[in-house]
This record gives sequence, structure tokens and C-alpha cells, in this order.
Amino acid sequence: MVSALPWLALTMFALPMLAGLVVGFAPALDGGFAALAEWRGLSRAVALSAGTGLAATVVSLGLTALIVAMLHDRPGFAPLRRMLSPLLAVPHAAAALGLAFLLAPSGWIARLLSPWATGWRQPPDLMTLNDPMGLALTLGLVAKEMPFLLLMALAALPACAPAPRLLLGSALGHGRLSAFAVGVWPALYARLRLPVMAVLAYGMTTVEMAMILGPGLPPTLSVQIADWLSDASLRHLPVASAAAILQLSLVLAAMLLWRGGEGLGRALLRGHIARGARATGTDAMATRAAQGLGFGLAGVLALSLAGLALWSVAGDWQFPAALPRGLTLQPWTRALPALTDSLWLTTAIALGATGVALAVVLASLQFEQGWGQSPGRWAERTLYLPLLLPQIAVMPGLQVIALRLGVEGTPLAVMAVHLLFVLPYVFLSLAPAFRGWDHRHGLTAATLGASPARIFWRLRLPILLGPVLTAAALGVAVSAGQYLPTLMVGGGRVGTLTVEAVALSSGGNRRLIGAFAISQLALPALAFALALAVPRWVFANRRALLAEAER
Amino acid sequence: MSPADGLVLQDLTLFHGTDVLAHLDLAVRPGAVLTVMAPSGAGKSTLLRALIGALPAGFHATGRILLNGRDVTALPTAARRIGLLFQDDLLFPHLSVGQNLLFGLAPGGTRNQRRERIEQALAAAGLAGFATRDPATLSGGQRARVALLRALLANPEALLLDEPFARLDASLRAQIRQATFDATRHLPVILVTHDAADAAAAGGPVLSLFGQQVSP
Repeated sequence: MVSALPWLALTMFALPMLAGLVVGFAPALDGGFAALAEWRGLSRAVALSAGTGLAATVVSLGLTALIVAMLHDRPGFAPLRRMLSPLLAVPHAAAALGLAFLLAPSGWIARLLSPWATGWRQPPDLMTLNDPMGLALTLGLVAKEMPFLLLMALAALPACAPAPRLLLGSALGHGRLSAFAVGVWPALYARLRLPVMAVLAYGMTTVEMAMILGPGLPPTLSVQIADWLSDASLRHLPVASAAAILQLSLVLAAMLLWRGGEGLGRALLRGHIARGARATGTDAMATRAAQGLGFGLAGVLALSLAGLALWSVAGDWQFPAALPRGLTLQPWTRALPALTDSLWLTTAIALGATGVALAVVLASLQFEQGWGQSPGRWAERTLYLPLLLPQIAVMPGLQVIALRLGVEGTPLAVMAVHLLFVLPYVFLSLAPAFRGWDHRHGLTAATLGASPARIFWRLRLPILLGPVLTAAALGVAVSAGQYLPTLMVGGGRVGTLTVEAVALSSGGNRRLIGAFAISQLALPALAFALALAVPRWVFANRRALLAEAER
Repeated sequence: MSPADGLVLQDLTLFHGTDVLAHLDLAVRPGAVLTVMAPSGAGKSTLLRALIGALPAGFHATGRILLNGRDVTALPTAARRIGLLFQDDLLFPHLSVGQNLLFGLAPGGTRNQRRERIEQALAAAGLAGFATRDPATLSGGQRARVALLRALLANPEALLLDEPFARLDASLRAQIRQATFDATRHLPVILVTHDAADAAAAGGPVLSLFGQQVSP
């Protein structure tokens, strides 16, 4: 029974995802495809989804490669690297809202340049946000996904032995970029493929970022699906379901296209090698580009978040003024009653989902080792399912299932759905450290007479406190950031901070949006801060573990 | 001393798949040290894993293991009362020196009695006042002595040594080795090593993984 636990855990979340797909796709047969074909915005919505998703993935990956190639071993890189993890904790919706505050015609960039440079005394009539090409959306996706890919790349980099390979490359006369492309990139990319696919799937199907930053009429396909699904009468369920099938096919097609692109990349690299090119002339430019774009993007994100914070305490702030005339806590005191409810709800759901996920993951990892039961590679790949399957494709079905079970609109149902997305992240974050534990500690303890339970509670869990807390913080961040599942299964009645913040975004009350977005940001930030601080405090007098916590 | 005293391996055969890695049929009396000498990677450590009942996947063993007349062959590791010291001291990094020893100390006694027992053991080993220390702040020799103390406080009926001196400086090595053999005079001890000096210092028979005499 106990030995079946890893399999049980696997089924526990693979099953709802697949059930969501099957149940959600059935209504499409009820005239859904015909209705979808009649929708006039279809081709444009499809082009927008595919275009913004692919463009954001290409740019994010290219920038990641450039930064890793040119900068990863520079001394100035360490601070940039430390900024990455906190950036990842920023929920997509908060990042998008901050960016909107920055880019809007009446946003911070326009204010900083007006009137001295632009002559504007009124917000200009420009589509700097929600532009029909989806450029603002693409920028937002890059700003949020590039740090993710960069962090993944830096984690995988040591296994690719970059230092000796780059040295060898330069000894053979290659420029740095060329040496990296030939010697390090192929191995690194192989390890990055799954995260890249996850970015592609997310970029093509994001709802909250596209609602805030993307075009309106028509919106991207996934925003339109969410719109259709939010109709309480379920009148649009068939067309939404047909569109979800189309959306999933689009993502799969884009992944195939991407694989084709990989072949092209390999051919280019082979050509480069066959020509014997050394490309020594491009290095200076590549370094400057990596620095400029890397710090530029980090700056955009930092300004976005600062803008949110400033608006939430801004007094009178007329258009061309770069800063508000005064600061006030009034937006916060006004928002406080609604904010507190929302904050507690978000916290409770996040802690609940994370707690269950942590228990399941720890139990699976513990028993996989105790019983020599290791689910195979394919089984572990199932874990990536919630990361690779677009949420928008699974949600119609999960919403129908929640309705049938009569649990739609309850916080508990929302928590259960969050669990599907929290579990894989907690597992992926915790598994390496848990499996990497020195088993001889356990053996030694057993020869001293300690039972497996005592070894787990007294030794393994305390020693792994840091990784466990980091995984928990990631779980809280993932749960707190969920928009679509919360909206769909919550029926719009489970008002977490993310749901409220996105709902406010169309209203234009920047002070209120700022207060909600900052609160939405604060929860994961607090979780990560605790995950960093607690091990340092607990192990203050344990040098070996302190060194690990500070690494 | 009854003939059942000590650690008895009856026709113990260690397999990796279908390959035989070791075959031993012998008895180690209390106070005796049996040295098993073989090159690295031959299966010495795995033999010790068989004796404590924690064989890695892919390995299995046949035969019987008797300890002071008890058949421990089918018992879980924690119930065998066979101690094991590795090459590394493996002090638990999140516990103080004293807590490490308390973790090992056999159950029984009040909290104060147990603490006193630890203090005495530390003092006897020349480590008085070390109970609250972080293991990471100890020298290599001190850590080795704490690891030995921890193993002995669990009251084992036999002790296995998996090249426990290999990581120590040459100057410390003889000293720790002597301290270890002095402290285990009442126990049957099996030492596995590929180091001839360790084997010679043990003073007992030196055998291969198949029980043949080896000249160290």
C-alpha cells in the first residue's frame, strides 16, 4: 500500500488534468466548431496567440543565451543573479499591471519625458498599451519569462562545464560567443528544452497578462475563451470548448514548429563549424547587447514594481508630473476591508495547497527511496503536464466537473485545483535536494538503532529545512499567482488578490490597483524571505548547514 | 566464553546479480579484529552493508548472520545492534556534539542521567566541554573520536569499520586507530581496508573477500 504512494500521487494530479481535457472537449461537438468558424475575430486571435507566444519565447531564449554566453562568469553578474529569484516570485498579473502603469499613454515613461521632450500636456492618443500587434504583451512576457529561463540556464550550466570548454574554444582561436555556441550551448539547450516548452505554452495561452497588456478587439484566443466561459449561463460553452481544442492544437503545432526550428539551429551551427569561422569580431557588440538588454529588462521590471508601489500611496498626481505631489495612505485605508478579506483568503488557499503538496511530495520521495520504488522517467515527465498543458485547455472541463460536483465557487475547490499546479513545482524544487541527501547519514542512524520514522523526522527533514522551505515558498507563490483556475473553478466568487487585482485592472483606479497588486506581490515575497531567513536563524550555530543556506 | 559468543557468518555469500562478490564462513570472537582486505571497488563496503541489512538494489546475500547466538539475518538494521563507522565521520550537521551523542545513546535513563553519561564519555575521550559545540568547528581527529563515541554509546554487540582512518592525516591516523581498537576490546570488530598499515595495526587475521589468508 505504502509503496504505491508515488503512483498514487502521480495519478492524483494526472487524472484531473486528463479528465479536464476530456470533459471540457465534449461540448464542442454541440455545434461549437461551426460557431467558432463564424466568429470574425478568429484568424486574428489565432495569429495573435501564436505570434506573441512564439516571439516572446524566441526573444527570451535568445536573450538568455546571450547573457549566459557573455556575462555568466563576470564579477558584476552576481548581483543580477541574486535579483532573479525574487523576480520569479512576482505574480504574472502584478508584473503585467506594473508594466501597464509604465507603458500607458499616461504612464510613467510618458510622464518622465513630458512635456520637456515630447511637448505633451495631455496623455497622447497612442496605443502604447493593448496595441493591436501585441507588442506590449510580448514585452511583458519577455520581462517575466526571461528571468525564469535565465535561472533555469544558470542552474543547468555547471553540468555543462563551461569554463574548460570556453577556454578550449578560445585556445582554438574562437571568439567568446563562438566558443560558447559551439562548446556549451548544445549541452545547455538540451537541459533547457522543457522549460522552453513551458514558456512557449504559457506565452501562447496566458490570460491575465493578455487581458492587461494585450489587444482588445479581438483579444488573443485564450482571453476570448475565458470571456466565453465567464458567461454564467454556459450559453457559450460549445464555442469555448471548440476554441480550447483549437488552442491546444495550436500549442502542439507551435511545439512541433519549435522542434523544426531546433533542426535549423543545428544546421546553422554545423555550417559555422564547417566554415571554420571564429567570429572574434562580434564579442564586443554581443557583450554590450547582453549588458544593455539584461539590465534594461531588469530596470523595466523594477520600475514597474516601483510604479505600483508609488501609485498605491500617491496623492494628487496630474499627468505630466513625474512624481505625485504628495503621499497618502488613503488608498490603503480605503481598500483595507476588502484587501484584508482577500489577503486571508489567498493566504489560506496558498497555505492549504502548499501544505498538501508538501506532504504528498515528501511522502512520495521518502517511500520511493525506502522501498526502492522509483517511478520511471516517463512517470516523472507526467509531472510536467500541468506546466506544458495550457491552463485554458483544461479549465473548461474542470469548471464543468466542479459544477457537476456542486463545489464550484468554494475556496476548497479552488485549493484543490491550485494543488494541481503547486504540486509539480514543489516536487521539481524539492526532489534534487531530497534525493541528494547523503544516505550514509540514514544508514549510520539505523545502525545506532533509529527507526525509519525517527530518521525522517529527526535527521532528514531538519537537515533539509532550507530546501523544504524554499519549495514551500515556491508553492505559495504559484498558488497566490493563479488567475485562470481561481476564476473558473471559483466561479468569480473566490476573490483572491490575483482575481481582484485583474478585475480592477479594467477600472482604471490606479491607487486601488496599486494597493492590490502590491499585496499580491507581498505574499510570495514574504514566503521567500522567510525561506531564506529561517534556515539562517535556525542554523546560526551550525556552520556546515549555514554555508549551504548561504550558497 | 561460549562458542556462540561474537559475530558468526555462516556460509554468507554476497551476490551482485548472479556474480559472487564475497563468500565468508567464519566467526569473530569478542575482542578480535578481523580485517578484510581487497582493492577498491571489489565489494568490501557492500559486504558491510550486507552485515547491517541494508544492501543496495541489485545486490543480495544468502547464508546466516549470528550475533551472540541471535540470528539477525532477517532483522532490520536498527534491530541488529551492529555499529558501523564510515570513512567520513558523518556527524549529523544540524545537531551539536552532545545531541549527536544523545541520538546514539541507547534508550533508558532520565534526561539528566543521559546528559551526565554524555559528559562522562566526552571527558573520558579528552573532549570535556565539547557537548554544545557545532561539529563543523571540530578538527578531523576530534570529529573521528566523536563518531566513535556515538557508535559505542548505542551499545552495539559488534562494530564494523569501513576504512574509517583513510581520511585522517598520517600523524593522527595511528593515534585514532589505536584509540578505536582500545575502545572496542569487548566487541567483535570487522575492519575493511585496502591499506596494509591499517591491517597490520589491527593485529588479527587478514582475509580476502573469499576467506583466504592475505599477507598485509
